[in-house]
Amino acid sequence: MSTKNNAWEYADSIESASHINLRKQYGLYIDGKWVKPSSNKYFSSSNPHDEKHIADVSEANEDDVDRAVQAAAKAYKLWSKISAAERGKYIFRIARLMQEQARELAVIESLDSGKPIREARDIDIPLACNHFFYYAGWADKLEYAFPNQQKKPLGVAGQIIPWNFPLLMAAWKIAPALATGNTVVLKPAETTSLTALKLAEIIEASGIPSGVVNIVTGFGDTGAALVAHPKVSKIAFTGSTAVGKLIQKTIAGSNKKATLELGGKSANIIFDDAPIDQAVEGIINGIFFNQGHVCCAGSRLFVQENIAEKVIRKLKHRMQSLQVGNPLDKNTDIGAINSKEQLKIIQRYIDIGIKEGSEFFQTDCALPVQGYYCRPTLFVNVAQSSILAQEEIFGPVLTIQTFRTVDEVIQKANNSPYGLAAGVWTDKGSKIFNLTSKLKAGVVWANTYNKFDPSSPFGGYKESGFGREGGLHGLGAYLK
Amino acid sequence: MKRVEVLKTYKIYIGGKFPRTESGRFYKVLNKAEKPIANVCLSSRKDVRNAVQAARKAQGSWQERAAFNRGQVLYRIAEMLEGRRAQFVEELMLEDYTKKEAQTEVDNSIDRIVYYAGWCDKFNQVASSVNPVSSSHFNFSSYEPMGVIGIMAVKSSGLLGLVSMLMPVIAGGNSCVIIASEDKPLCAVTLAEVLNSSDVPGGVVNILTGHMDELWSPLSSHMDVNGISTDGRNKYITKVQLASVDNLKRVRVYSNDFSLMQEQGIQFITDFQELKTTWHPIEKIGGASNSY
Repeated sequence: MSTKNNAWEYADSIESASHINLRKQYGLYIDGKWVKPSSNKYFSSSNPHDEKHIADVSEANEDDVDRAVQAAAKAYKLWSKISAAERGKYIFRIARLMQEQARELAVIESLDSGKPIREARDIDIPLACNHFFYYAGWADKLEYAFPNQQKKPLGVAGQIIPWNFPLLMAAWKIAPALATGNTVVLKPAETTSLTALKLAEIIEASGIPSGVVNIVTGFGDTGAALVAHPKVSKIAFTGSTAVGKLIQKTIAGSNKKATLELGGKSANIIFDDAPIDQAVEGIINGIFFNQGHVCCAGSRLFVQENIAEKVIRKLKHRMQSLQVGNPLDKNTDIGAINSKEQLKIIQRYIDIGIKEGSEFFQTDCALPVQGYYCRPTLFVNVAQSSILAQEEIFGPVLTIQTFRTVDEVIQKANNSPYGLAAGVWTDKGSKIFNLTSKLKAGVVWANTYNKFDPSSPFGGYKESGFGREGGLHGLGAYLK
Repeated sequence: MKRVEVLKTYKIYIGGKFPRTESGRFYKVLNKAEKPIANVCLSSRKDVRNAVQAARKAQGSWQERAAFNRGQVLYRIAEMLEGRRAQFVEELMLEDYTKKEAQTEVDNSIDRIVYYAGWCDKFNQVASSVNPVSSSHFNFSSYEPMGVIGIMAVKSSGLLGLVSMLMPVIAGGNSCVIIASEDKPLCAVTLAEVLNSSDVPGGVVNILTGHMDELWSPLSSHMDVNGISTDGRNKYITKVQLASVDNLKRVRVYSNDFSLMQEQGIQFITDFQELKTTWHPIEKIGGASNSY
């Protein structure tokens, strides 16, 4: 088996973007209206594939955030009095309107974030729609979720989301907050605001009362103003562990509740009795899904020593067939890195890995001349103490370590400040349950990886954050 | 001639042993009339570190005990406490409880222990879920203990506050380090003796006495503590929350009046649990009918 470039030749199959409907300039969505930012400042949202400008987005300052929170606080009085069943019906409407616009949302998501259209179309957008549909049904059934506890909504939820799954994260945040009777101010990431703004249009069209959902775009300052606002009673944040800790410090001493979905350095463990070809697919999906911009990415691969050579050979061969290129091409497996800054971060880690002396491998594929691209990358024989094995890279870079015994791999896998997810590959059921019960991680995939569902709670142990999103347990984060 | 009474030495409880504080210091506990009622260990940051180490060592095997067995151990605590009722009542009365108040406090504490003993093998059954995902996977979520929990006990209560914060933590398989009420520490030390004779493995519960203004910091900044349970009237709450950020300890603040019967429940247990979700594929065999 050759590890040379065995990428198959495909004819281009570019998804048309002719049907999408974007404004040239977006205001802030506050109190059911589109308003100008009081700073009068706008920033450009661009396509990471060709670095071309897509639309102008408002930069919300402290005053704008205050307007949005005041609107949400006012709307809360009304929203918390609407019957739960009616509340649910609005959320069902949002789900349906999103489904109707699914294709447009998928194309915009791919353009704005750089993710392959195949993933936006088949994963991000359907999951986002389903999330609203799932939580809509909970609105009038909350007393079944937490019997004997007389739970109540919290008030205004300030929500800050990342750029890796823009619309899906908006759905993860907004749907449970509304179902539990809270109102929302959401801030999307600065590089990927567009689908959140499209969602604002959908929410407007749903007829939900003004102010129940407000969307303010901007940078870190905008988020910080939201976190610090005294009328916000709940912070829901998905992003880096460093920013998560900053948020915790800001809200110490207040009564604000928080849910933090932070970084990860998840272990993907392959035993010698695993179905190797399936496991190789799982490794590929675990680390290269969404360019590796996934907080639960299986970025630390642990292979049992006696099969390491075989697994690595097959892995390299499979990597060579990954298509890196135009996100809108339906053949593309790995799209564009979300931003120039992120590409720099990834390259810095790759340089560190090479300097540290781990065995380095990248595929031979040609990269587009423009845009932000990174080849699928492996580091073999990485030391447990290596920076590469400890820090989150958030890109298509996999480190490989080997192990001999079950105890050894549990120890190595848990030896991380993070604890978001883990993968285990073996044909032996009792071994699976031994591993899944000992790994300190919030989500464990056995003989699969990177699967998500609205009914499945997601969230981490340790410094990967706290609170759960999704499923019955995701409701708890928005109730007291 | 009047018999000379044997006075009790109040020591701390670490790893199933009753050492004096390594610092060699003590403080006098005064009652409302400012009369000294006992000399108690003034624990140090080193005691906190020793206690956390003992708690970590004990946690894994406590978690792995069958939930049913943990229930039996907790029930045994109630049995032992019942047998020592008189001593606890007496100590509470030294700490300015009236006889009636003291009796009620001890009765309620015993009942609360029995209550949580019963939850050990039930809370996960009630609070877990099988999640009906759309893809062909079996998916379930269940709770696991957080690990080592630091408890800063209710200051105003000699026994019930402590018991109400401790029991849900260990019922769920955590181990803990307790900073006892500074003003009313006697029952905490005597409770340690009860725990020690109730099949609770050494190190699962560690109890320190001393000044909160000295002990909140080493406990809440310790990188091997996973969660903090604190009395809502603790004046160091903000500082505890800030010190907890480094390893993202889960901090729970309780302003509840634990003397009320409704201030117990499954939520006090799940407050110190982590939810784990597990996925596994379900093979769909081609041509198989669903009408077997």
